[in-house]
Amino acid sequence: MTTGDNPLTTPTATTAAATPDAPGFSLKARLFRPATRQKLLAFASLIALMVFFSFASPQFLQTDNLVSILQSTAVNGVLAIACTFVIITAGIDLSVGTLMTFCAVMAGVVLTYMGMPLALGIAAAIFFGALAGFVSGVLIAKLKIPPFIATLGMMMLLKGLSLVISGTKPIYFNDTPGFTAISQDSLIGDLIPSLPIPNAVLILFLVAVAASILLNRTILGRYTFALGSNEEAVRLSGVNTDFWKVVVYTVSGGICGIAGLLIASRLNSAQPALGQGYELDAIAAVVIGGTSLSGGTGTIVGTIIGAFIMSVLTNGLRILSVAQEWQTVITGVIIILAVYADILRRRSSNKH
Amino acid sequence: MIQRRAVTTTLGAALIGLSGFAQAQQAQEIYIPLVSKGFQHQFWQAVKSGAEQAAKDLKVKVSFEGPESESMVDKQIDMLSAALAKKPQAIGFAALDSQAAIPLLKKAQAAKIPVVAFDSGVDSDIPVTTTTTDNKAAAALAADKMAELIGKSGEVALVVHDQTSRTGVDRRDGFVNRIKSTYPNIKIVSVQYGGGDQLKSTEITKSILQASPNLKGIFGANEGSAIGVVNGVKEMKRNGKVVIIGYDSGKQQKNAIADGSMAGAITQNPVGMGYKTVEMAVKAIKGEKLPKVVDTGFFWYDKTNITDPKIAAVLYD
Repeated sequence: MTTGDNPLTTPTATTAAATPDAPGFSLKARLFRPATRQKLLAFASLIALMVFFSFASPQFLQTDNLVSILQSTAVNGVLAIACTFVIITAGIDLSVGTLMTFCAVMAGVVLTYMGMPLALGIAAAIFFGALAGFVSGVLIAKLKIPPFIATLGMMMLLKGLSLVISGTKPIYFNDTPGFTAISQDSLIGDLIPSLPIPNAVLILFLVAVAASILLNRTILGRYTFALGSNEEAVRLSGVNTDFWKVVVYTVSGGICGIAGLLIASRLNSAQPALGQGYELDAIAAVVIGGTSLSGGTGTIVGTIIGAFIMSVLTNGLRILSVAQEWQTVITGVIIILAVYADILRRRSSNKH
Repeated sequence: MIQRRAVTTTLGAALIGLSGFAQAQQAQEIYIPLVSKGFQHQFWQAVKSGAEQAAKDLKVKVSFEGPESESMVDKQIDMLSAALAKKPQAIGFAALDSQAAIPLLKKAQAAKIPVVAFDSGVDSDIPVTTTTTDNKAAAALAADKMAELIGKSGEVALVVHDQTSRTGVDRRDGFVNRIKSTYPNIKIVSVQYGGGDQLKSTEITKSILQASPNLKGIFGANEGSAIGVVNGVKEMKRNGKVVIIGYDSGKQQKNAIADGSMAGAITQNPVGMGYKTVEMAVKAIKGEKLPKVVDTGFFWYDKTNITDPKIAAVLYD
């Protein structure tokens, strides 16, 4: 996929350079780029939350609890990465939650119903994710159905299919040894016993690195940003925008497949009724991480920080035994504040 | 930047307020968190109030949490893991999916934290006891009452909350199996699922009524489903012609029974379930021997006995 050219000299570079994510020339310039600043602010907020919860409760900073936080971030983090691609193109994907479930169910069909080896189950989850993403992409790019509607339809369609295929019962993976290891075991912990970080988190990290490379170092990434900044200009410059849009949704769908594997492995089952509502958590993480819903800007690092802010907040409030009604209120307030801080930051950076 | 700082300060102040609260609650001695299958429904609120009553009587501290919907298995696992991180003396748990919770339950076992299962229980040896309603038997009683009220023949339908959860499956099967085994002249024309959502269940009921002009009765398998059935029958102007049987209580359902639009309903004993769960947990902490299952019971109630003190005590608004 990599063109090998310096991004700033290629034809689409004008659009890419207009976005805050074009590679800068000096460290100083990089540090003061708005996207970097948002990342720093988001990161500072995350640290502030962690410091606060550590002081508020002696149980918060214990290894077990930190491991639970990491574990609970993995699925939402991977879904949020999938959403980041789509949101940067100024699209939206409401189907990521039920698509994740659909992929988990397909892994269950291949592994439990058909008794195939583990590798094929993994491949099936990612393949069906990409396939569903491809369908969304075609609906949006070729049939010109607005992304909100197309993916809303896909959300329901996939939810229904998951229930039909599974016969509305959870599919268990008891016959596939090693399946739960995908999420639950800890390769890092085997090497360094004091760091029992579950594999799910390792996978989240690998997906994040791969997604970052895809976004920042490949032609796909450049077109993703370009589609979100000025699709018409890109099209007029001779780029097949429809094709690239389909590619973006396909990649995003494949990433949802990975999320499907993570959640199925964690629960040792594909739960067909689960999934709806998860898209909103993913979108919240993306937005807290500084990716604009109007497209053209965004980073994977920001999204990951956003996902961690959400899970640290949820876990911390639980550890403090804050009443559940208030947990929801506080989470809502934090999302609004995070996005408002981002707007203030944008406004002030526009003045410079 | 100033505005941003103001935002941060407000946030900081709010969180410091919370931390004061947190410090206060750590002073308590015995702490028993309950991780439930739900939170927003009145049923779970009734379980919670029973648990809080027991906490007061037995001088322990409890907390009560559950996911927004019964499909959110992973969210419940996160809640359980946060509850364990607080190093409680015992824990109450109503599993959405037993298998998914096993690794954490093993951890609780290793840490010598007794687990009391409640509601649909946990499919494992780890819990020291389970406080529960026999949902199959309760739904079979609903089927008997339905048969009696429609003269043991005709068409009936079910509106169930969902097809994956234990209670959904048990209530459906309990009702359907009793009709099939005992009442050959009753035909089940439709079993539909409305997620326990009143509006969805209303729409489902209307379409069932549309499709079956001779329908004699509908069983709504939880609170939301039952209210939906009542609304649907009303909107289709078929009240009086269709016998409605509900499940659980809640203000709307009680009103429907009082005004005759619903024939009657099965009630569990959610307050008792919450109370027993905490009581059993305290006994487990003291090392007392516990029965494997504590049946919290169920009752049929209708217009005639709704004000009976024994029934009124287990109903909730």
